[in-house]
Amino acid sequence: MNAAHGKGHLYGPARFERAARTELAKPQLRENLRHATHTIRDKRAEVVDELPDWEQLRESGRAIKAQVARRLPELLERFEAAAVRAGATVHWARDAEEACRIVTGLVQETGASEAVKVKSMTTQEIGLNEALEAAGIGAYETDLAELIVQLADDASSHILVPAIHYNREEIRDIFRQRMPGAADTLSDAPEELAEAARTHLRRRFLSARVAVSGANFAVADTGTLVVVESEGNGRMCLTLPDTLISVVGIDKLVPSFADLEVYLQLLPRSSTGERMNPYTSLWTGVTPGDGPQRMHIVLLDNGRSATLADPVGRQALSCIRCSACLNVCPVYERTGGHAYGSVYPGPIGAIISPQLTGVAENTSLPYASSLCGACNDVCPVKIDITDVLVRLRGQAVDSKRGSPSAERVAMRLLSWVMSDPRRYDRALRAARRGTAPLAALLGGRRTIRHLPWPLSAWTSSRDAPLPAAESFREWWQREQAQRGETP
Amino acid sequence: MNAREEVLARLRSALGDGPAEVAVPRAYRRDSSHDPDQLAELFADRLADYRAGVHRTSVDRLAETVAALLSAGGPLAVPPDVPQPWLGAYDGRVLVDGTPAPLGTETLDGVASVLTGCATAIAETGTIVLDGGPAQGRRLLTLIPDHHICVVPVTDIVGTVPEGLERLVPTRPLTFISGPSATSDIELRRVEGVHGPRRLDVVLVR
Repeated sequence: MNAAHGKGHLYGPARFERAARTELAKPQLRENLRHATHTIRDKRAEVVDELPDWEQLRESGRAIKAQVARRLPELLERFEAAAVRAGATVHWARDAEEACRIVTGLVQETGASEAVKVKSMTTQEIGLNEALEAAGIGAYETDLAELIVQLADDASSHILVPAIHYNREEIRDIFRQRMPGAADTLSDAPEELAEAARTHLRRRFLSARVAVSGANFAVADTGTLVVVESEGNGRMCLTLPDTLISVVGIDKLVPSFADLEVYLQLLPRSSTGERMNPYTSLWTGVTPGDGPQRMHIVLLDNGRSATLADPVGRQALSCIRCSACLNVCPVYERTGGHAYGSVYPGPIGAIISPQLTGVAENTSLPYASSLCGACNDVCPVKIDITDVLVRLRGQAVDSKRGSPSAERVAMRLLSWVMSDPRRYDRALRAARRGTAPLAALLGGRRTIRHLPWPLSAWTSSRDAPLPAAESFREWWQREQAQRGETP
Repeated sequence: MNAREEVLARLRSALGDGPAEVAVPRAYRRDSSHDPDQLAELFADRLADYRAGVHRTSVDRLAETVAALLSAGGPLAVPPDVPQPWLGAYDGRVLVDGTPAPLGTETLDGVASVLTGCATAIAETGTIVLDGGPAQGRRLLTLIPDHHICVVPVTDIVGTVPEGLERLVPTRPLTFISGPSATSDIELRRVEGVHGPRRLDVVLVR
């Protein structure tokens, strides 16, 4: 059986470096991002320091997920059997398209023309809202940030706080213009904006017949699903409608209920910097007289099996979507989430997206990193993100090996020059002589902002330094000569 | 081949390299080694941090404490099996879920407060857990009214998350509550009361 890659909202229209350039030109965005990422990372550090056994929890979290990867087929079958015993119906989807088709069909069966949605990365990955809308079904996001993004007809820019790129004035304007029933006098106070969202969604919750959710965890032994949230919109969706449809990536499995004791400690502290998020709901199939009476679970592959096939890259499937790596990443902090093109931004997105789609389809994302390793240090399940990035870069190069590249020609030439010391010295001297007139023109500045093509590819995102006035060898020889020693 | 068989076959083939068995270490703490008084204090401290109301009382004075919290007016909703002595000092209107019929969502939307017990409470995280057991009722009961009062006997408080999970039956409908409904989606400013109850009062009974 050949690995099959995933489809959906996992690529952007432009390569990362081009998309990033557009985003970098927005100073307000950079300011918002800097404030947000630094605030969350400081809160996180505080509550992590509180736990004397944090490193032990991380190690257990890593090992359980490694065990899950090894036993995934067996655990999925076990989960399915337990969920069915508890009254749920389980469906399997090879890819995004199949999952959307299943969910659309299930909503249509109920006769409902709309569905309320719990914030879910998986349903965004597969483009479920668009698929439902194409079938004439209104899909309404109920998480405040997702609601903002949906009303603005925009895309999420962060896994945890999707509307982090907007400030309060922008959100007020979006509500005033796009939210039915919002007053023209609505202020930009966060309390008033949250109240407007509450009023807007209240009727919808109380009358909704169908809800769609993802799941943070799925317990193989018991068939239990877990959703972690803060606002109560999740509880509303998981409690009030008669039909609940949960789209669950097959990477969400944990073997036993007791394993949740590890992740329910790692996740809230790593993501929002709280000791525990306000609400966590766990449900197993159907409970008569309490909550949804029809329960569907769609188990989704969409490139996860292909990811599992790589012995190094498969650790990305351990991700619990806490987004701690986004908040410490110097690249994410400056470009924001939209530059990544995928619903999974930041360091974890740079390894998940190309693996789900196949590296050949997403060659620029493994380069969206400085390889500084800050992401590895905060990852609650110890994913070695930089190790996977380097591996994916290798695969990206391999995928293009057939075609000539300016970079490869330049590197070959450089390798020839550098393989002989005299040749290298001569080349440096020639470079210095050649650029000497430029140094005078630049008036003391030692960098050039724009080089002519093809070198402009280098200076499009950085300055090119002029060769040093003197090489280290020359300096050494001069110093030794001045001290009267023979070099 | 149907989707189920195909996904399972893909996964089995993806594991063709035969990854080694992984030993799962469990070196993290199971208990916090606090005595019951320390646990109650830690729990109260965490609740206050979430801006939940914390009220300490005795079994004898519980009814008075509950009545004082309900002074804002009613009606009050309760699960069918809420202990009658809890309501002894309250003279407002009480709606009992399931007696004679389950309360509708529209009715609950007009209710001021709801009063329940809990299955267990976790001190380190300030969490109360509801499992639909005695005095807890259906999930929507504690969700729609704007004010939730939860009675927690101090003997039900454990220290850590692992101790809390140990006490639960996985297949029951479980809700973990740590503070009132909150969002930080607008400039990371915490705002309480988005969709769930805006106020959470926890009554610690000794």
